[in-house]
Amino acid sequence: MPAAPAPRQGRRPVAVVSFAQAPNVRRDTAHNEVELLLPVIGEVLGNLGITKDDIGFICSGSTDYLIGGPFSFVAALDAVGVWPPKSESHVEMDAAWALYEAWVRLQEGDVDTALVYGFGKSSMGDLGKILALQLDPYVMAPLWPDPVSLAALQARALLDHGLATERDFAEVAARSRRSALDNPKAQVAYDRSADDLLGEDYVVAPLRRHALPPLTDGAAAVMLAAGDRAFELCERPAWITGIDHRVETHALGARDLTSSPSTAKAAEVAGVSAGPVEVVELHAPFAPQELVLCRALGLPVDPTGAGSTSVNPSGGPLAANALMAGGLIRIGEAAARIIDGRVSRVVAHATSGPVLQQNLVAVLEGA
Amino acid sequence: MADRPGSDQVTTLDTPIRLDYHFSAGAAATPYLRGLAEGKFVGQRCPVCRKVYIPPRGSCPTDGVATEGAEVLADKGTVTTYCVVNVPFAGQSIEIPYICAQVLLDGADISFMSLIQEIPADQVRMGLRVEAVWVPPEERGPTLASVEYFRPNGEPDADYDSYKAYL
Amino acid sequence: MQRLGHVHGPCCRNFERGGGRSGMSAAGDQVLTAEHVLEYPYSRSVGPVIGAFLTGLRDGRLLGCTGSGGRVIVPPTEYDPETAESTGELVEVGPEGTVTAWAWVGRPAPQHPLDRPVAWGLVKPDGADTALLHVLDTGSPDTVSTGMRVRPDFLPEGERVGRIGDIRAFVPAGPAGRGGVG
Repeated sequence: MPAAPAPRQGRRPVAVVSFAQAPNVRRDTAHNEVELLLPVIGEVLGNLGITKDDIGFICSGSTDYLIGGPFSFVAALDAVGVWPPKSESHVEMDAAWALYEAWVRLQEGDVDTALVYGFGKSSMGDLGKILALQLDPYVMAPLWPDPVSLAALQARALLDHGLATERDFAEVAARSRRSALDNPKAQVAYDRSADDLLGEDYVVAPLRRHALPPLTDGAAAVMLAAGDRAFELCERPAWITGIDHRVETHALGARDLTSSPSTAKAAEVAGVSAGPVEVVELHAPFAPQELVLCRALGLPVDPTGAGSTSVNPSGGPLAANALMAGGLIRIGEAAARIIDGRVSRVVAHATSGPVLQQNLVAVLEGA
Repeated sequence: MADRPGSDQVTTLDTPIRLDYHFSAGAAATPYLRGLAEGKFVGQRCPVCRKVYIPPRGSCPTDGVATEGAEVLADKGTVTTYCVVNVPFAGQSIEIPYICAQVLLDGADISFMSLIQEIPADQVRMGLRVEAVWVPPEERGPTLASVEYFRPNGEPDADYDSYKAYL
Repeated sequence: MQRLGHVHGPCCRNFERGGGRSGMSAAGDQVLTAEHVLEYPYSRSVGPVIGAFLTGLRDGRLLGCTGSGGRVIVPPTEYDPETAESTGELVEVGPEGTVTAWAWVGRPAPQHPLDRPVAWGLVKPDGADTALLHVLDTGSPDTVSTGMRVRPDFLPEGERVGRIGDIRAFVPAGPAGRGGVG
């Protein structure tokens, strides 16, 4: 049995051994959240030939505000079948943070496998209002700033500081949607030039339609396994050799929106620069954010993707943006490229909160 | 303005929030809701443990597999447990005391909460056999509001062993 | 969130008679859907620092607080967002300030502060080291820019109650601006 690479954090090597996601669609009225998750959970277990009885710990990420129903995260457990009683937890964040909790749980050493999943249906409510509720409730939320407007403020700051051009935004969008043509689960994929995209109208200037993520109904799941159990389940596990997450202040006006110091710090701790980055999956829902994140991760900033690092080969969040699952999907997409043997070292990033407030960075490597 | 500085400082802030949703019942609950419009209880069965769930949510919470079929259940069942509501609350429209009970429909493997009427509150008991009282057909819709309440149906009380697994 | 009950069923309409029939609708074999409204009529306790800021707005003034290293934070916070140290005294800032970023909204949503095309702006009031989010009422995207000077256009005195909306919008500073502290 090959040896797992030594992790930078934790006492115990942990790997992604399976990944599955639902088709990302604009509106899935045919299924409730449980019905959306059922085939995803079935696939992530089925990939490994295991059943729910082989799961040592379960952690999920979702928010009831999207659905408008109480305890939807508890109801979602019906998609797993938690009987006999299971060890389980939940985060009201993107499921990438649920993966972090599961990774921590696996460090305890008494369980060897963890199921992580996230789900979000954006079609049921008004995201412009729902996501305003994650802002400061005293002086920001009462103005109802929507996520597109906040991302546009960030884009303007990048433009005015000479850190990007509107063409850069279009190049990111064109490249992402072109990459998405190879992703059967993508929602928005096309082959259009940046020149063509620059002809679109502004939604909230300086953001044109192409710089915005789609509204998505989706779900995803990842199986983690620790130590030898990972090799038993998977020929080529994607070992998490570094992982960290950091947060910035809630006070938007106290942040420098042109940089992401929380991503930079997480990247430093996770050891991003310790080796070549063949693939990076960035959770950058708005096109300009990819440029901010590449800088923070110490990667070349090339909107056309000509560099040695393949940026968002899945198409990224511009191709499908299932809230609460999108960050986990970045980890899953990056890991899948190690599991299938295409590459050896990848970086995955996830974000949560308004305009890149909280960021998680993971380095995954093949043995 | 008050004389002392700060004595009239703002201490509270009203932040009214209204969120509009377009709710989807999903695949499993839709036949259940349509059944209610027709005066029927329609559940689904787990293909693994064979249990029948109503309302169906699409998955067996024990086995984690999709539930199947359209199991039409009787509109009568057994009170497994109950409470007597004596506390008035905002928006209350039912005269207190009233009975809030868990009703296990015949053929179902899960009970659901319902109102029991046409019996004095102090005479309701575990094992009481009850039947659904439906609203007139023209008033029924895809909602549990199609059931007015449950009432005793005159059958002898159910044996404790017949419902003890559902408490 | 109880209104979901008449969809899922655990508490049937018998317990909420006022609600009437469910709005569930569908054509043919389609999955049933329903419009559904949630309201959270919160009244929040604001505490001494935010309370002072809101009181300042009611009085037509902008207040910040001194944070670590003497920097001035607006809106004021109870703790410095970078060091977590308790913040110091309240200081008046502005009212004029400088736009540090803006975004033009051609079609405001119904919940937005103004019902006509408007910019969101981050405004750093004079004397402050952080920026405040609000809308910039400049009329057109051609008349807004980073670095432009603006001032708060307060509602008239009798209409101010101690909330961020006591500032109707920020407007270009100088003689061209309308309104003022009422």
